Amino acid sequence: MSAIAVSPGAPRTGWRQLLGFNMLTGVIFGIAGWFIGYGAIGKHIHGAGVAYYSTEAGQNDIAIMLGYVLGVVGFLIGLGFGNYPFKRLLGHPPSLAEHEAEEEGLFRYFTLSTDHKVVAKQYMLGIGFFFAVGGLNAMLIRTELIQPNVHVFGANQYLTLVGMHGSMMMGMMTSGILGPFANWLVPLMIGTRRMAFPRIEAFTFWLLMAGGVILITTIFFGGFQTGWTGYQPLGAQGTAGYDAYIGFFACVGLSMTLFGFNLVVTIITMRAPGMTWSRLPIFVWGTLSTAVLMLLAAPMLIAALLMGAMDRTVQTALYIPGAGGSSYLFQNLFWFFGHPEVYILALPGFGIVLELVPVFARKPLWGYRLAVAGMLGVGFLSFFVWQHHLFVSGMNADLRPFYMLSTELISLPTGFVFLCVMGTLWRGRIRFTVPMLFCLAWVFNFLWGGISGVFNSDVPSDVTTHGSFFVMAHFHYTVMGGLVFAFFAGIYYWVPKMYGFKLNETLGKVHFWVMFIAFNSTFAPLFALGFEGMPRRVVTYAQNFQPLNEWVSISAYVLGLSMLVFLFNVVWSLVFKREPAAVNPWHSKSIEWQLPTPVPLHDFDRIPVFDADPYPYGVEPAPAGAPVVAPAGGSA
Amino acid sequence: MDDKPHFRNVALLWLLSCVIMVPIVVFVIGPGLPPGNGSVQASGQVTDNTVLLAVATPVALGVLVYMAYALWAFRERTPEVVLDGPPIRGNASVQFWWLVVTTVLVLFLAGYGSVRLLADGSGGGQGPNPIAVPSPPKGTSVLPVQVIAQQWEFTYRFPTYGGVQTRDIELPANTLIRFNVTSLDVIHSFWAYELGVKADANPGVNNVAYVTTKGPLTFHVRCAELCGVWHGYMFNTGTVVPRAQFAAWITQQRVQYAPATKNLPPYSRTYFPPPLRRGG
Amino acid sequence: MSAQAKRAVVTAVITVAICVGIALYVGLYLVNVPGSSAATQTAAGTHLYLATVATAEPSDPHNTWVSYYVVNSASNDWRHDTTFQVPANTLVHFTIYQYDTSTGLRNPFFSQPSGTVGPVLIDGKPTTVVDPSAPAHTFAIPQIGLSIPLPGADSNAKNLCAQAPCSLSQAHHTVSFTFRTPAKGLYRWQCFVPCGAGFIQGNGGPMQTVGYMGGFLKVV
Repeated sequence: MSAIAVSPGAPRTGWRQLLGFNMLTGVIFGIAGWFIGYGAIGKHIHGAGVAYYSTEAGQNDIAIMLGYVLGVVGFLIGLGFGNYPFKRLLGHPPSLAEHEAEEEGLFRYFTLSTDHKVVAKQYMLGIGFFFAVGGLNAMLIRTELIQPNVHVFGANQYLTLVGMHGSMMMGMMTSGILGPFANWLVPLMIGTRRMAFPRIEAFTFWLLMAGGVILITTIFFGGFQTGWTGYQPLGAQGTAGYDAYIGFFACVGLSMTLFGFNLVVTIITMRAPGMTWSRLPIFVWGTLSTAVLMLLAAPMLIAALLMGAMDRTVQTALYIPGAGGSSYLFQNLFWFFGHPEVYILALPGFGIVLELVPVFARKPLWGYRLAVAGMLGVGFLSFFVWQHHLFVSGMNADLRPFYMLSTELISLPTGFVFLCVMGTLWRGRIRFTVPMLFCLAWVFNFLWGGISGVFNSDVPSDVTTHGSFFVMAHFHYTVMGGLVFAFFAGIYYWVPKMYGFKLNETLGKVHFWVMFIAFNSTFAPLFALGFEGMPRRVVTYAQNFQPLNEWVSISAYVLGLSMLVFLFNVVWSLVFKREPAAVNPWHSKSIEWQLPTPVPLHDFDRIPVFDADPYPYGVEPAPAGAPVVAPAGGSA
Repeated sequence: MDDKPHFRNVALLWLLSCVIMVPIVVFVIGPGLPPGNGSVQASGQVTDNTVLLAVATPVALGVLVYMAYALWAFRERTPEVVLDGPPIRGNASVQFWWLVVTTVLVLFLAGYGSVRLLADGSGGGQGPNPIAVPSPPKGTSVLPVQVIAQQWEFTYRFPTYGGVQTRDIELPANTLIRFNVTSLDVIHSFWAYELGVKADANPGVNNVAYVTTKGPLTFHVRCAELCGVWHGYMFNTGTVVPRAQFAAWITQQRVQYAPATKNLPPYSRTYFPPPLRRGG
Repeated sequence: MSAQAKRAVVTAVITVAICVGIALYVGLYLVNVPGSSAATQTAAGTHLYLATVATAEPSDPHNTWVSYYVVNSASNDWRHDTTFQVPANTLVHFTIYQYDTSTGLRNPFFSQPSGTVGPVLIDGKPTTVVDPSAPAHTFAIPQIGLSIPLPGADSNAKNLCAQAPCSLSQAHHTVSFTFRTPAKGLYRWQCFVPCGAGFIQGNGGPMQTVGYMGGFLKVV
């Protein structure tokens, strides 16, 4: 059922577009919300002069948190999220498309849009922006670490940089692939025109953006010195910058929960006729596994941080040991979220690589059911391993062999994914396009990430490597070497269909090789540094670690330069070259490539009926993955 | 589809690379793996790391050799034409054996790791009720050393020597040490690298870690859990010395810190020192 | 230039300007570190005078936080620096004027001074240990084993100094000590009394911000 309501009146042009609900009104209402929450309400609940508990005179955590809450609410109302619920309260009939009638214009990207393709592109640019912020933080961190005794930044500002880099990346990149790609592709791949809850889809995007802004405001309040894991009771000690950290992850957590919920409902209920579970493209399976994890794990984060906020504002002592609380409580709640979180980061990478390799090996996905089992297995097991972050914390020693086993078991379904990629390449006709290069780099990087993960999961080995740069190298290999490389594979692959232009192949190859070599040059030495005894999150280190640190910092700068190559490629291809892309430049047999470029507003003329598996490569005569048009009467 | 014996080629290449690399890993790289042989537990970790590396090497080589071979052997030689490869959708036998072999490897590693962990505790913090308690060397008894972590220095308390607290740490050689690690404020982590010891310091919790020292050496103590602005500066250097020298040292420390010892609270496994917060 | 291109250029210029502005603000925030003061070298030796106060001066961004200051021997020139520059391998004399009231030590181990050459003089009297509830602050350089408790001014005194700058006529204790500086390098110092008012365990705020209760010793 897709009743496309046409909005009344002609579309506005010029400055008149600014009237009405959009990002500008969102920002204005958001700022107003901040002042109401902070000044009008917060300061009266808890006067700034009372320096009694985790506040100093002038630091009023209740006011700040209320300011953030009302700021976000104001922002969302200003964008127009309140309009439809308000109309329904007044008795208007249900309708769907506030903005779907607008076909053209950049302006719709700055509004609440219920078109899944618009939301996907909003995600791509929004996340791209925050990814750049996080990446710049990383460059600054590496600048500080070039010399152990030369401090470029203040010691607490350095820790804020570390925390911001980690938080920005972990918070934003969880939706890094699902946001731009799942929103765009999942409806198309399952043969429907929209997600189950288009307004929630838009809501998750704008909430995430609000969260990102909140995180950046931490520098107005002195920053936070806990790193992205926000351990208590260190967090309770913090100045008001830690409230920004809580506000950020509250927004991220809620955004993730709703996004996962939307995806799960969409994939389960809105598949077109013939799209059985065994015909689902592997990317959709990856998305589904990720979405289930998001739905179940993210609420834990909100709960853990809410309790931390209560400790800081209303004088509970949930995490304060001297008053009856427990520092273990936070660690366990956080990592119960934190471990599925890292698989939320890894699984979409699996999905993209498994989806793209068949296209560029020109063969069907090898071991489809094994790949599905791999992804579902990783998702399922990810809830049973979180204590491996706590092996030396003083946790119950009887449990450690169990968690060692469960964590090592995750390498089994991960191995399935590797086997399927390798099997797809077997006797294929491999084409080394830029997306394929990124997928192959994923295999290489995730191999080292995975193996170092096995080292970390082994408790005797973990005794030395926990809290050291070895762990840093491990998760950068899996998350950056895995997710970010897959992210770029997806960008180079789907940009021709999403945006209608193709990124320059040569520049793409330069970007790839510089990035791949610089990435390995940056993070491989960190394994050695960790093994040699350098702890994490330190502003100084032993003098004998200095040469490796300097090498790593220089490599990191080159890695940053590779991103500039990518940006140059985008600007060059989009603004200067402007060569329209072919409809199917990769000769993919996947359904989204059978649609015209640009994909029309309503996606499909008629809802397709699927009758073959999604990877009909090597099958003669005609590619069977294309939609077979059903006679009128199929579900619309 | 060509009829070259790809599977045989890959298998032979893989076997060859394993035959070369695994001995190098076990005999050349292995003994140099961290954290060195400064204590019984550290040596155990070195062995454990060697086993892990020895198992990881064929796995990594399997993937790398296959990928390198496949990318060369199965590359599209005429990229101007877009031709499909054969529609191979799976191979039940390959999948089955992969599952079996990887499961065996994982179970072996988990089992070995558990055995190693339970043998001597591997120097890790085991919480207030440790289950892997090594036996002290013949004729000696365990030496309890309390590690008090606070923002931002480690101090050490010796309950069997009058509860004296010191800021430097010296340990006797060839002795079983029981570290009782606790914190006075936030979460820290006591990491004595060369001894292979790491135990988080949680406020209000006694985290026990065992280490059996060997010969004299110098070891570095670093904080391994972010504890605030000076986390990176929270380190000191300790030494393992012959028993007689340790006895002399601890006597000297008791004399030197006698005034402070009178002010210390009685020895306890955990402390909850005020203030919880300082008012206005 | 077409209208489209003009709009694109204007947007680009505004965007660049905003980005530069943001970059400047963030950059200034990141490198905002307290200043550095050098010990004065006189014929009588190398001297550094410090002071600890209950609250920083009114113009300070954190004017409710406890803080260290560098002063001169007459205690009338107050500088909010927490990096102290001293020569290497030299006997250096520190004098600290302590104006704040007592909080007490979390770890009474720090009630005994250590790491000095010769005794620690508190108001002129050599002291080997203080009462653990007496210190308002300590001055400690853990890397060289130096730790000096600084007793608090009597909270019943009439002429307590509430805010920097203070004068020697107000209630205070004078603590002086000598130690040998190590080899060239960068070391850090901190206070070990949980003196951050209003923060959990007293270790937040000024304790966790360089420039108040912690800083660097730059040995040149």
